[in-house]
Amino acid sequence: MHLLEPRPQPSRKMRWLAPVYAIGLTLISGALLFTALHKNPFHALYMFFIQPLTTGYGWSELLVKASPQILIAQGLAVGFRARVYNIGAEGQLIVGAIFGGGVAIMTDGSSAAWILPVMVLAGAIGGALWGALAAWLKTQFNAEETLTTLMLTYIASLLLAWLVNGPWRDPAGQNFPQSIMFGDAASFPVLLAGSRVNASLFITLAVVALFQLLISKSFLAYQIEVAGQAPAAARYAGFSQKKAIWLGLCLSGLTAGLAGVGEVAGPVGQLNLNISPGYGFSAIIVAWLGRLHPLGMVLSGLLMALIYLGGEAAQVSLQLPAAMTGLFQGMLLFFLLAADAFINNRFRRRKPATRFA
Amino acid sequence: MAERLQLSGITKRYPGVIANDGVDLTVAPGEIHAVLGENGAGKSTLMKIIYGAVQPDEGQMLWNGKQVHIDSPHAARRLGIGMVFQHFSLFETLTVAENIALVLEEKFDLATLSARVREVSERYGLPIDPQRRVHGLSVGERQRVEIVRCLLQNPQLLILDEPTSVLTPQAVLKLFETLKRLAAEGVSILYISHKLHEIQTLCDAATVMRGGKVTGIATPREETPSSLARMMIGRELPVCVMPPYTGEQRVVLALEQLSASTDDPFGTALAQIDLQVHAGEIVGIAGISGNGQAELLAALSGENPVAAPMIKLENQPIGHWQAGQRRDAGVCFVPEERLGRGAVPAMSLTQNAVLTAHRQSFKRHGLLNFAKARDFALRCIERFDVRCPGPQAAARSLSGGNLQKFIVGREIMQNPRVMMVAQPTWGVDVGAAAFLRQTLIDLSRQGVAVLVVSEELDELFEICDRIAVLAQGRLSPALIKTQTSAQTIGLQMSGLGASPQPAAEDSAHAFA
Repeated sequence: MHLLEPRPQPSRKMRWLAPVYAIGLTLISGALLFTALHKNPFHALYMFFIQPLTTGYGWSELLVKASPQILIAQGLAVGFRARVYNIGAEGQLIVGAIFGGGVAIMTDGSSAAWILPVMVLAGAIGGALWGALAAWLKTQFNAEETLTTLMLTYIASLLLAWLVNGPWRDPAGQNFPQSIMFGDAASFPVLLAGSRVNASLFITLAVVALFQLLISKSFLAYQIEVAGQAPAAARYAGFSQKKAIWLGLCLSGLTAGLAGVGEVAGPVGQLNLNISPGYGFSAIIVAWLGRLHPLGMVLSGLLMALIYLGGEAAQVSLQLPAAMTGLFQGMLLFFLLAADAFINNRFRRRKPATRFA
Repeated sequence: MAERLQLSGITKRYPGVIANDGVDLTVAPGEIHAVLGENGAGKSTLMKIIYGAVQPDEGQMLWNGKQVHIDSPHAARRLGIGMVFQHFSLFETLTVAENIALVLEEKFDLATLSARVREVSERYGLPIDPQRRVHGLSVGERQRVEIVRCLLQNPQLLILDEPTSVLTPQAVLKLFETLKRLAAEGVSILYISHKLHEIQTLCDAATVMRGGKVTGIATPREETPSSLARMMIGRELPVCVMPPYTGEQRVVLALEQLSASTDDPFGTALAQIDLQVHAGEIVGIAGISGNGQAELLAALSGENPVAAPMIKLENQPIGHWQAGQRRDAGVCFVPEERLGRGAVPAMSLTQNAVLTAHRQSFKRHGLLNFAKARDFALRCIERFDVRCPGPQAAARSLSGGNLQKFIVGREIMQNPRVMMVAQPTWGVDVGAAAFLRQTLIDLSRQGVAVLVVSEELDELFEICDRIAVLAQGRLSPALIKTQTSAQTIGLQMSGLGASPQPAAEDSAHAFA
């Protein structure tokens, strides 16, 4: 006997409640986990989720970490709506960083005002190109984008490793695999003195506003959504499936590339092997948790940023391993996917037909 | 003697709608009992309740005099209830015997099972070779497999959901013989249909439903089609009128030596099809699905473009155009599959209006005006009497017939030059079907070229000016309907349409 039965209508309530349930279950499981590690669960949860936000600096770091994830998730969501599953945003982020960083390295010493805008543009192009590669493989050879985008991520990170170990290595860097530090003209200005919050935040905000408009109103987004939900209906209406694939992968590559520039021209300040702590992957969770909704993803992006912060705090104050961050991210996604099953299904009610007889 | 099945006070509520409202139904042993009703009258829900696929909220069920609670189709089959669905659930790559083996619960070996299949199928006049693979079977033969599959489980009650909608007139007569023989042996039959004349020739009793309630119990032979229709739809059955076309005579759509291969391993390639559709006429394409209908429609709609000169729109070669381009040029199309092709299941009717009607100035600078789309959907719902909570309802929440009305309406409201419709009234109740047919006639008389592909011969003869038969990917010349007859067309359909493949090919498959 099946435990679940399909709902006659997908539940709108569950669609928005599922993330809440997922967060609740993650917290409960986290508490159990802390208990098993012989930590006081309340104290541990406090240190993980609340203590980081007790200082102004903590809040600024929240923004620094949320911004790239929100940015990437916006693009990913467009693809996910078209059922184009780009899981290689990390690679597109890296290529965006390489393109943007390349501009910075080649213009080193100049203080021209156009450098930063060109870096942003180059980063966007780089990320989009990396996404386009997967789109080409998919439309030309029907190669599954879940595999190609992930594999392209490894190529991107090896490319970066080669560059910072070879041609772009800082000559004065004692052989560390890193580029020169970027000059002021190649960096986003810091918005709040004493913090790392910088002007790349405006790119994120602009993209959120743009995608909000795109998704709620545009014919393009409508076509993409039809192609994702009902390919036969898209063909029937004359919407191109290929267009949806190209758009989904290029747009998500583009936003990931922008995020890459934001990191290297922001908090990181150079090209090195640690330009992203996995933002390209965590943005996948941000996108689902935010229900692929541009504003919803702002909230989920902040939450994911908090998990990153909490993970760092837990290392320091609780002597817990860095894997804590990944664990919380994983639990969140796991519970979310489980809760999502209730959007289209409900528990089967066992009610005898003869109850009123 | 106890009744075979007695339902009393069956009620099933869904959010916003009562599908069954205190329904009583009594079927005697050996009785052929019709359940008549419009779409959304609650027939399907009631059958699903009997077959255990849906649980009622209230009411009780007596089976051979004993109270039962059927909580799954599995339990229903164990009691002796079999059901033949409108859409078959057969695996094309398996043989008939293998398909039947899949649903049996007891232990079996294929050789004995094949012998039993052969025996049962012959006893009931349903000849079928258990070794043949399903993909080579015609629709009528597939239905036999489904029926034989039920019969092997020795049912005491057989439920058939619109069983004749896919059969040729000749095959319908054969089916009726079988059903009468079963009834004579004491098997009760629940027969769901909206074809009144069939019910009159076949059924002993009829329960008529409207709006989830039983509105009457009748003896069909003592009624007239119009009195039955009145019970069913609450008013007189409308009759289609076909005024002559008085406008300019010209060819709008022309197919010239249209050939197309198919990607589907069980599809049918099209071979040198010639056809002209004039302004102001309705041309019907008869034939059983699987004879190239899907391929022809995909070529015509642009979902599978062909060589440019094979299709001409007002003398312009458009065979290579994509679906969107053809729609821009005024070619509208209602596909056979409503959910997933004609409409996006999870989207609202407003959003589904945008699917093809976005050309009705819904867009500005790439942005959609959803207020306009909503207004369009509302007008479509009103004009075509789509029963639904409103334009915000998801397409998949509508019954098949109501969604069909919405899709046909959406296409007609775009003022097409060419209108192509597959199975226009498939699953639509008599009242709405008559309205849709009349709308198509009126549309054609405004100078639109209308092409209708249908498996229902009665329908084609009612609305078409000319009729052609598509069998095995070839199209017969379109004849003026008064110069042909249902019998002739039926023979063309089955003569060419029945799969003539030799036994050798099947054994080749078997040993491959």
